[in-house]
Amino acid sequence: MVNIKIDGIDLQVEEGKTILEAAKTLGIKIPTLCKHPDVKATAACGICVVKMAGSPKMLRACTTPVTAFEEGKEFITRDPELVDVRRTVLEMILSDHPNECFTCGRNQNCELQQLAAEFGIREIPFGQCPEDHSKDDISTGTIKLEPNKCIKCGRCVEICQEVQDVHALCFIGRGFGTQISPAGTDLKLGESPCVRCGQCSAHCPTGAISEFDNTPQAWNLLRDPDKHVTVQIAPAVRVALGEAFGLEPGVNLTKKIYTALRRLGFDAVFDTNFTADLTIMEEGSEFIQRLTKGTAPLPMITTCCPAWVDFMEKYACDVMDNFSTAKSPQEMMGALVKSYYCEQKNLDCKNVVNISIMPCTAKKYELQRSADMSTCGSGVDVDLVLTTRELARFIKQAGIDLLNLPDGEADSILGDYTGAGTIFGNTGGVMEAALRTAYELITGNKLENLDLEVVRGLEGVKEATIDVAGTAVRVAVASGLGNVEYVLEKIREWKAKGADPAQIPWHFIEVMACPGGCIAGGGQPYGVSDVLRRKRTEGLYTDDRECALRRSHENPMITKIYDEFLGAPLSEKSHKLLHTHYTCRPMYKR
Amino acid sequence: MSEDARIEEVAAKWKDVPGSLIMALHEVQEKLGYVPRETAMELAKEMHVPLARIYEVLTFYSFFKLTPPGKHKVQVCLGTACYLKGAAKLVEELKDQLKINEGETTEDGMFELELVRCVGCCGLAPVVVIGEKVYGNVEPAEIASILSEYEK
Repeated sequence: MVNIKIDGIDLQVEEGKTILEAAKTLGIKIPTLCKHPDVKATAACGICVVKMAGSPKMLRACTTPVTAFEEGKEFITRDPELVDVRRTVLEMILSDHPNECFTCGRNQNCELQQLAAEFGIREIPFGQCPEDHSKDDISTGTIKLEPNKCIKCGRCVEICQEVQDVHALCFIGRGFGTQISPAGTDLKLGESPCVRCGQCSAHCPTGAISEFDNTPQAWNLLRDPDKHVTVQIAPAVRVALGEAFGLEPGVNLTKKIYTALRRLGFDAVFDTNFTADLTIMEEGSEFIQRLTKGTAPLPMITTCCPAWVDFMEKYACDVMDNFSTAKSPQEMMGALVKSYYCEQKNLDCKNVVNISIMPCTAKKYELQRSADMSTCGSGVDVDLVLTTRELARFIKQAGIDLLNLPDGEADSILGDYTGAGTIFGNTGGVMEAALRTAYELITGNKLENLDLEVVRGLEGVKEATIDVAGTAVRVAVASGLGNVEYVLEKIREWKAKGADPAQIPWHFIEVMACPGGCIAGGGQPYGVSDVLRRKRTEGLYTDDRECALRRSHENPMITKIYDEFLGAPLSEKSHKLLHTHYTCRPMYKR
Repeated sequence: MSEDARIEEVAAKWKDVPGSLIMALHEVQEKLGYVPRETAMELAKEMHVPLARIYEVLTFYSFFKLTPPGKHKVQVCLGTACYLKGAAKLVEELKDQLKINEGETTEDGMFELELVRCVGCCGLAPVVVIGEKVYGNVEPAEIASILSEYEK
């Protein structure tokens, strides 16, 4: 421990902690712009400057660790000169930033705008940067890159390279002309390794990277009198949307969202949690077949995450056989709306629309990923994806007072879910849900303790062995694409050594591209950190605990849809509607 | 690509030496005169370095070229004196006439454009250097005729 003083207050600090962290414990909020809790500090922006008493030198609080050398020293985080310097830093950043807040995707949600407001910036003395959209990149069809709004903080690059190991984004050039860009001088993001996870957009402090805004299309579909418009909401949306309305993270708004969606004019409200339960039936049965009958290779890898599927198609074709053929819950819902639901309601599927509310930018891409996503023959199964952030805007545009709405219900049967369905939204949740069902289907006995703590938590890779009637089933759960390589390498090594079944590293692997899973997806409300990830996750586990039924196969509506429509898991009809194919799409070595 | 073997050689030489990407790129440029995209990709594969990292290095250092060198190197001085005497306008004029940006080579391979700092003849500002020849007190209107001396 080191004894220091900050702004006259004595403090003991663990050696190695930064001034920024130390000050925080005293309730001192040093302004930051490039620093984000998910990435290492780079001292790129210069707004967090502080002083050491007796020295005229300014230090960047985010990268100045407290060491033994600082024993007895005093740091000053606020004085007129520091405020002046910080204001100048802001003015210089703003001189190279277009003044178009009104039309920016981050209006009222921008860290730069926020600081400009706090510092009372009324004019920009260094001249004004012109609005220039000539270099905007919309090639991914999901996230938009607007280099002109970039403040070169480097968060997106750090996230894309170090956390996600995707290396789609990098710094091109140097000095004032530096740009965030894929690896080339004239390359679009859509031609890069980008898997559209949207973590860059979730971490960008400004509007330089943002999700496509599809709310106008949603309005148009709702306005069309010939269309029967249905909607589905994903697990992770319900515990995050409230943040956009001033609530704490993790508050479950499922029933208010149902009401809001009805008031928006949707003809039917479904819950992706239902098809999460259905995914367990299909994927779980597929796993059991692979495990007990050897129908396809083990380990089996989950495929609910479209960014992960995209990643695999680009960089891990060699494990394609290990991918579950089950579609994601979003796509299963789309397929059932266009088939089962239309049959039940006697509707022509060509006039039925399904809009999905997702925590994810990559889901926008999944709609068109393969020809299997077109049950109706024309058009795609899910017509449009709105991220959680877009849903918040959509509800606000409609003048709906979300927090004061009465509770509502989803439409049966595509809206009925168990606790197993709801935890699909966090890392480990799909595995836990699958094991709750697979255990019972294999052994005939109920799994006693439903809370599988071993697969919970935010660690990048979690490994566990579950005893299933004397068979040790080894599982791994990875979240954050940067953690996937470890898993893939182990599989590759095992395959190279002859793929001895006794030596298999794992039988079943869950992968979610975003650290923490969908609760921290690229389309969720801003401000993600591990603290927030835990709160959202807890929101889902609470929903799970409060469900009367917590095993997917116990969902009576799942039984009903198999009885009435699908036949059985992995039946021909299930295969046609609920399963998919993958294509190798090699991309340059990232 | 005929250079494959040589690229492999370069990669093999530097692959296990930490922090040596820049050395490998130097060697490539020395052999080829620039770093073609295919070579950068090849190097990424052989050295197990992300292509993103390679381009970060290539575009950070003005030494590296991404396009083949032109027959004639056109250098515009952007040192203080030249800058104050209107060198920026000469750059604009050259970009217009040659239809290239800084660091690029014209389609016919005749000219490449490079922006440099003080070339040591401030009395002649603004200065354009083509090959060994120094042009002083250059006006934008003279650019066309200067270039025409080299077009054959």
